[in-house]
Amino acid sequence: MAEPAQRPQASLSGLFWTFFRIGAFTIGGAYVMIPLIQKDIVDRRGWLTRDEFIDVLAVAQTAPGPIAVNTATYVGYELRGAIGSLVSTLGCVLPSIMVITLVAAVFSQVASMRVVQAAFAGVRPAVVVLILSAVIRIGKPILRSRLDLVMAALACLAVAVLKVAPPLVIIAAAMVGVALKTGGGAK
Amino acid sequence: MILVRLFLAFARVGLFTFGGGYAMLPLIERYIIEEKQWLTLAEFTDVVAIAEVTPGPIAVNTATFVGYRLAGVIGGVVATLGVITPSILIVMTLAAMASRLKGNQRLAHVRAGMRPAVVGLIAAAVFSISRVAYSDVRSLLIGLAAAAMMFWAKLDPILVLALSGVLGAVIFSLT
Repeated sequence: MAEPAQRPQASLSGLFWTFFRIGAFTIGGAYVMIPLIQKDIVDRRGWLTRDEFIDVLAVAQTAPGPIAVNTATYVGYELRGAIGSLVSTLGCVLPSIMVITLVAAVFSQVASMRVVQAAFAGVRPAVVVLILSAVIRIGKPILRSRLDLVMAALACLAVAVLKVAPPLVIIAAAMVGVALKTGGGAK
Repeated sequence: MILVRLFLAFARVGLFTFGGGYAMLPLIERYIIEEKQWLTLAEFTDVVAIAEVTPGPIAVNTATFVGYRLAGVIGGVVATLGVITPSILIVMTLAAMASRLKGNQRLAHVRAGMRPAVVGLIAAAVFSISRVAYSDVRSLLIGLAAAAMMFWAKLDPILVLALSGVLGAVIFSLT
């Protein structure tokens, strides 16, 4: 595979605000982040390639802790080292801290208001569509061989039907990769 | 001191949760509610409900809420730092190791094996979230509208989320 082209330099403030925006819309689970990051950081800014992003997701789902925090930390590290990690993670959690503090302090009734619940009931169907689009965009270049397709289907089945913990699935897939020497000479 | 105890208690939750999201709930229940009794089970149910309608990881939301209740704004910040510190340290270490092993053949095999599995995991999230997201005709319609915004109008995903929220507020509170 060709070496990736020179990637645009990410500024710390750019990282912070990108993750702040993403953190503010990570509603209903960390998986919502995937389409948001893919659009913003991979497609629009070109800070990461799709393969690099997938590698980040593998680590984020295997390491302990919130997946959203792990993802922000890793992306930040890839782009600007340790300081980039801290800045991205801070940006990612700041919206939560602000909203929850406000809710705990003033509006403990807000969350139970009918219109607020209605709005979030509307967000959820859209979340599914967004994640589905990420599966297609990310999956297309990744699933190159029949073996890749089988591995993806098995992983999906293991988690969705058999309720296996995601980190175990990723570690098992890594072992299959080493055993079968997948990827050939690819980066 | 309460701030130190908050930090450590939530660091423990962060350190021992694998798989994110709802995997954290039993740990919070054991460490924060049963052991520390910083929150009642009823309050915790409220926090989870709030976490579902606010942005961010459920663990971060719970940490902020409990920390705020026990020690004000500083408490909320400290508890949140506690829950994310193990992640930051571990992921940074893994990232540094991975970048030093760049070009390593075995790591290339590991990655090539993991990539399809990650796609499978994201696909699994589509199934599990669909089950709660599409409960009736109205939510199906919103899903269709979101698909049109996303695939046909090619709107920004954040805009799609925001517009679907507005749509939900109108449709679900009027019908």
